Amino acid sequence: MSATTAGVLFVVSLVVVLAAAYRPAGDHLYRVFTGTRHSRVERGVYRVIGVDPAAEQPWGIYARSVLAFSAISLLLLYAFLRLQGHLLLSLGFDDVPPELSWNTAVSFMTNTNWQAYSGESTLGHLVQMAGLAVQNFLSAAVGIAVCVALVRGFARSRTEHLGNFWVDLVRICFRVLLPVAVVAAIVFVAAGAAQNFSSGQEISTLTGGTQTIPGGPAASQEAIKLLGTNGGGFWNVNSAHPLSNPTGWTNWIQIFLILLIPVSLPRAFGRMVGSNKQGYAILAAMGTIAIASVALLNLSNGLALGTVPTAVGAATEGTETRFGVLQSATFGAATTLTSTGAVDSFHSSYTSFGGGLTMLNMMLGEIAPGGTGSGLYGMLVIAVITVFVAGLMVGRTPEYLGKKIGSREIKFASLYLLTTPALVLVGTAVAMATPGARDSMLSSGSHGFSEVLYAFTSASNNNGSAFAGLSANTGFYNTALGICMLLGRLLPIIFVLGLAGSLARQRPVPESAGTLKTYQPLFVGMLVGVVVIVVALTFLPALALGPIAEGLS
Amino acid sequence: MRLPSWIGQHLAALRVLLVMTVVLGLAYPLLITAVGQLPGLKHDLLAKNGRAVGSALIGQSFTDTDGQALPQYFQSRPSAAGDGYDPLSTSASNLGPEDIVDTLSTDEETASQSLLTQVCSRSLAVGELEGVDGSRPYCTSDGVGAVLGVWRADGATGRITQVVSLNQAAPARPFVSEYEGVEVEPAEPDTEYSGYVATPIRGDAPDHPAVPADAVTASASGLDPQISVAYADLQVARVARERGMDTAAVRKLIGEYTDGRTLGFIGEPGVDVLELNLALDEA
Repeated sequence: MSATTAGVLFVVSLVVVLAAAYRPAGDHLYRVFTGTRHSRVERGVYRVIGVDPAAEQPWGIYARSVLAFSAISLLLLYAFLRLQGHLLLSLGFDDVPPELSWNTAVSFMTNTNWQAYSGESTLGHLVQMAGLAVQNFLSAAVGIAVCVALVRGFARSRTEHLGNFWVDLVRICFRVLLPVAVVAAIVFVAAGAAQNFSSGQEISTLTGGTQTIPGGPAASQEAIKLLGTNGGGFWNVNSAHPLSNPTGWTNWIQIFLILLIPVSLPRAFGRMVGSNKQGYAILAAMGTIAIASVALLNLSNGLALGTVPTAVGAATEGTETRFGVLQSATFGAATTLTSTGAVDSFHSSYTSFGGGLTMLNMMLGEIAPGGTGSGLYGMLVIAVITVFVAGLMVGRTPEYLGKKIGSREIKFASLYLLTTPALVLVGTAVAMATPGARDSMLSSGSHGFSEVLYAFTSASNNNGSAFAGLSANTGFYNTALGICMLLGRLLPIIFVLGLAGSLARQRPVPESAGTLKTYQPLFVGMLVGVVVIVVALTFLPALALGPIAEGLS
Repeated sequence: MRLPSWIGQHLAALRVLLVMTVVLGLAYPLLITAVGQLPGLKHDLLAKNGRAVGSALIGQSFTDTDGQALPQYFQSRPSAAGDGYDPLSTSASNLGPEDIVDTLSTDEETASQSLLTQVCSRSLAVGELEGVDGSRPYCTSDGVGAVLGVWRADGATGRITQVVSLNQAAPARPFVSEYEGVEVEPAEPDTEYSGYVATPIRGDAPDHPAVPADAVTASASGLDPQISVAYADLQVARVARERGMDTAAVRKLIGEYTDGRTLGFIGEPGVDVLELNLALDEA
């Protein structure tokens, strides 16, 4: 079998298995979000944390709970990193410096997992597993919780109540993330991924040199890193590390884990709003964009256009033998279409158009299918904008899922949409105008610009992957990217919850002959159109200076 | 006493975080670690004469202390992890597809090779070692990137005023003597050239060079334990000769340490270099 046929089958098999998982996984999520019974363990947890699980929260309280939780997470993780040198299992590493601690704490709390450090030379095992990996679970759960609150806003009417954040958080961790992570981690261990507390075993190599075989609780962290679309690698090279992602088939499983929750959330959404067709419509829009992107990225890297790829004969620079060029490209697309940012191959060494596509994927706002929770809430915001645009065309008051889209709703949706482009473009502009910040670029010219643009795109969209040529562990980048990650996460969450609150208060509008049928292909097409046009208009000039200029020269 | 609600929320947040840290941050990884000790799930290091010599998943360099390939061993891919295959500083090169102009300098600290030149020089070296043609598109015969800096009268357009072979330091002879009628000069080290159009020259090397792609490019992790089957095949003759073995016996070992695609389509076939070399030593 040729590598091309294998690459195509690889994508097809992922699509088929995800399609098969859509209903059972989505139905499970639905039961988690709407069930009224609490397990004994959960009841115990609610008692310990002093929360009444039956008490529902209006949007303001829900939002403040999210913010309080984020603030506490940030503070504790920061303290954890700053005190590392005094803790167990620190492997002799010192306290993490303040700016890097800030950057890393924000990064993991916001589900970004941008890594300005390299794991093997900075962090001990305890900080990795009890600090960072815990946030891998919790930040993913926060994203899903906010998404569920928005869906409740659509599903409920004439109420202030959007659910209870603490209950959502605990249930998502215990009933969704933890069980899947346990199974996945054991599979990775079986394949050869590291899971121990070794501080590294020095051996004498076959030729008489020395090498340190690294160790650590990596497999357990890998599993949730992917399932929670976090992306923070245990070691510097992330999912390319043979002890993180040992074989071609673990690579397949990693991509599957990345996509599992984002792809099945529309099913839970459809069931919650009482129409599975609405879920299929959202899934269709996500799927159209995702499959187009995966195909284009495979094509770009497979054709190996560009000077170095032509000289080599293939775009193998920065890829592992066991994954090959095409299956690495599929990983690259999956990780940037969601908010994951794990990498099994290095995007800065992709072909120019391939590297540009990974950036474009993030600029789409990571909604196809997007991060855990954040993907669906992003797509629903775009759907609100789409019905608004459609309403303008025919001169009717727009409505979506029986809710009027009035000025208050559109304000929240617009603010949501403007946040990340503003952070990306202003951040990149400031970096390019700051001489010290420019020195961090590995390359000059358009590739160097791409490195900076990629960094701000990745941070503001909470992706966390990198055009890793950029030396980002500097005061400027640690601070600036930290701010982008924080605002790029929390502002959209506040706008989404505000939108949810205002939708939940409304009384439903009965469907009439003039109602736009938001489950038909026409709407799906419009949704995809709005995604592409909004992005193209916002980011095209910046992309033209970076990857497009490089690819055409 | 009733606490103000904002304090209550932060206290709840703190308690949740502590509970979750115990469950997700301690119990979960410890459980996985315990399960990993079960027979069948544990992966031991490779040993030679009872002494650990490495992991089947972590690549090694098979070079002497000067970095020269040891001819009796199969060679791994180029590595950007530290000085090569250093698990304590894993890295890819991160160099881009149009990274084609070297920084030439007499000072070794300042000088740096472009990705293109790295590819060309590796190809030449592997070709020499294996006794095959090491030429590649966009490479000069002396193993650097074949890139001309072309200055024109009006920037990007107009009459050509000067042409420099950017990666060939004087007194090297440029890989082409003239470009569109203008004489090509070698580059002067430590000169900051600017205002040129970098023009890579394809040359007449075959589209499919004799030296495989993975032999001239660094992996993503810098620890890639495998090489392609093509690169292993290329090395058979040399290894067999150095060890006085039959090539068929060497090929048989390659077959033993080749991982194919799972289910026929997942992953790419690769040969585990350390396992192969270990088996050769023990053969």
